[in-house]
Amino acid sequence: MTIQELDAIRKKKKPLIDVRRVVREQGEKLAAKTGYRKQVLVCGGTGCTSSHSMKVIAQLEASLKELKIDDVLIVKTGCFGLCALGPIMIVYPEGAFYAQMTPEHAKTVVEQHLVKGGSIVKELLYQGTVAKDGTIIPFAETPFYKKQMRIALRNCGVIAPEDIEEAIAAGDYAAIEKVLTSMTPDDVINEMLASGLRGRGGAGFPTGRKWSFAKASQGDVKYVCCNADEGDPGAFMDRSVLEGDPHCVLEAMTIAGYAIGAHQGYIYVRAEYPVAVERLKIAIKQAREYGLLGKDILGLGFDFDIEIRLGAGAFVCGEETALMTSIEGHRGEPRPRPPFPAVKGLFGKPTILNNVETWANVNPIIMNGAAWFAKIGTQTSTGTKVFALGGKITNVGLVEVPMGTTLREIVEEIGGGIPGGKKFKAAQTGGPSGGCIPAECIDTPIDYDSLLAIGSMMGSGGMIILDENDCMVDISKFYLEFTADESCGKCTPCRIGTKRLLQLLTKITEGKGESEDLVKIEELASHMKQSSLCALGQSAPNPILSTLRYFRQEYVDHIEKKHCDAGVCKALLTYSIDAEKCRGCTLCARNCPTHAITGKVREAHVIDKDICIKCGVCMQNCKFGAVVRS
Amino acid sequence: MEHCEACGTAEQLEKLQEVIASSKDTPGCLMHILQEAQAIYGFLPLPVQKVIAEGLNISLAEVYGVVTFYSQFSLTPKGKHRISVCLGTACYVKGSDKILAEVEKELGIKCGECTEDGLFSIDSCRCVGACGLAPVMMIGEDVHGKLTPEMVKGILDSYKKEDKA
Repeated sequence: MTIQELDAIRKKKKPLIDVRRVVREQGEKLAAKTGYRKQVLVCGGTGCTSSHSMKVIAQLEASLKELKIDDVLIVKTGCFGLCALGPIMIVYPEGAFYAQMTPEHAKTVVEQHLVKGGSIVKELLYQGTVAKDGTIIPFAETPFYKKQMRIALRNCGVIAPEDIEEAIAAGDYAAIEKVLTSMTPDDVINEMLASGLRGRGGAGFPTGRKWSFAKASQGDVKYVCCNADEGDPGAFMDRSVLEGDPHCVLEAMTIAGYAIGAHQGYIYVRAEYPVAVERLKIAIKQAREYGLLGKDILGLGFDFDIEIRLGAGAFVCGEETALMTSIEGHRGEPRPRPPFPAVKGLFGKPTILNNVETWANVNPIIMNGAAWFAKIGTQTSTGTKVFALGGKITNVGLVEVPMGTTLREIVEEIGGGIPGGKKFKAAQTGGPSGGCIPAECIDTPIDYDSLLAIGSMMGSGGMIILDENDCMVDISKFYLEFTADESCGKCTPCRIGTKRLLQLLTKITEGKGESEDLVKIEELASHMKQSSLCALGQSAPNPILSTLRYFRQEYVDHIEKKHCDAGVCKALLTYSIDAEKCRGCTLCARNCPTHAITGKVREAHVIDKDICIKCGVCMQNCKFGAVVRS
Repeated sequence: MEHCEACGTAEQLEKLQEVIASSKDTPGCLMHILQEAQAIYGFLPLPVQKVIAEGLNISLAEVYGVVTFYSQFSLTPKGKHRISVCLGTACYVKGSDKILAEVEKELGIKCGECTEDGLFSIDSCRCVGACGLAPVMMIGEDVHGKLTPEMVKGILDSYKKEDKA
């Protein structure tokens, strides 16, 4: 394909995309030009397909056909972000935001809204977009979206990711055109350096520097890799980018290939993400057909191609050297650095590896300039960051905010607070390698350096919100179970250290802790940080160290008072029956799996603590609130 | 190839040989071949690993090393319906450990095991990325979200019924 042909596609499809970027009156005018009276965007991300958005699409198609409506376009997009309310569907040009759709609802929307002269079905909208007086608030102005700034996610939920022409119309592949026609490799690297973009995978290494090292490395063969092995449990930013806008990653890797002199790229993606893998495959196939990958891209003389490699479930493969070893087809064990991948990486050749979200920022930097990007965020952490908000938060989903946004803004405004009127206790960032941000630090700006200073880390972007019912010792134990399980076993400090830390934590949660255990934990943690081979072992103690820093009293209570305030650690709980409240209905005794409860009908019952296994069934069953946990 | 008769049909072996032949010249192809082999056989018993080792002219130890390194590869057969309970952080704080316990209780097997009739096997996994629906479990390709322990029996029953029908 030539530049002229690329331009023609842009011209043809752009009005269609523009309708989705503006709302209301303007949108209606634009819509008239597209030939489609309405466009219905249905989320086809993993979250929404899991809650059956494909059935919604099927019903929409069937109902439209039945009513012979042919000027409504149905588009299967990537993630809109508000996963808790899935399946989500947006109707343009109005921008009507329908949530928790079912096939029945879809039928109603077709019959009442999508028909000629129809109007929005208010009852089915996301109620956050309906004001008290019944007027409809544009969804971009709801608290969830208002504070967000979408750069990496700019096309997610806007385009059909399986249609390269929509991606082109939305701006993808404009940057590769600009780079190949008007920039030298050095220009590209300087632009990346000036943007201040830092790796979004966790460590935050400046992307431009990485590229300049690889460019400086001698060698006829070099590689460009994309880390899409999103292993942090509770993080799904990269998956959403791949599902919503796979072409932006392909384009960015091609640009990097041009900058460092590489002609082959690899995307290492988790096999647990079938939807993302499928979309990537389609995207690569289409890009090759359109001459945007392969030989002589855009007729401008540069060759670059990309292959997909599937992971097979190993957390350590998110580490760069382990990932490359895995692409080479071996056990995914890390190796010592230096030599760094920029000198000796995949198959022994100079290689750059960036994470999906990092790649997603490349096109906007090239198109809008480094100066524009550097103005967003803070001085040392430029741009935006995508977070996967999860855990005890109302608006579970994907949010992208400028660096430097405070945790309070994310939790209280965007996230909509903690459900059930519970109290915010901490936010866990960085997953098994990260730490927690306690309630007293809720006004901390979220950027690389501020998080490090308070003992957490940015990580890849998982943000799990914890409330008063979560026990911090138990959370640490959860992460240690994870790292002990995922430690590859190559180096001793990590292999044995994670096991020993887990044993100590288990001992404490079982009520067998001794006061010197905390000293042992801290000593072992410091050894592991200093002597483990890769980031997995070096950062495995972080969840413990950061909870010890802010919630030390909880550990002390577990050890000295044998008490778990949150009521999570089973071994430390006792169940008893309040004789005053007990009516002797026998329901608890009949449901007790170990027959630990005795008592006559209409007389107060008693729990035998020696037999009780603390399952809590009695408490769930009691209608009079007579079972007490302490 | 007498050692493969114990664990599969001639068609399966033929498919495997095709996969090996078509990808053996790609650098780093072992992982891909193992993934395909697992798709063909459902698991990776030693005889299958031997065929792969011979086909690629590498040692069985190397193949076995890779198989046992990655959690997705299995040395034992799995059930017709593979249950995978997510124990990622978002699911864990919403009580997925209780979901797993309920599934184990309902089927009378432990995580990592397969029921005697070969219908169900249970595994735990780390995040399927559907955190908005936490706690989540997958059965085959289906995702079941926003679970409570009370829902487990009904869901399992629906799969049992489907098999009888």
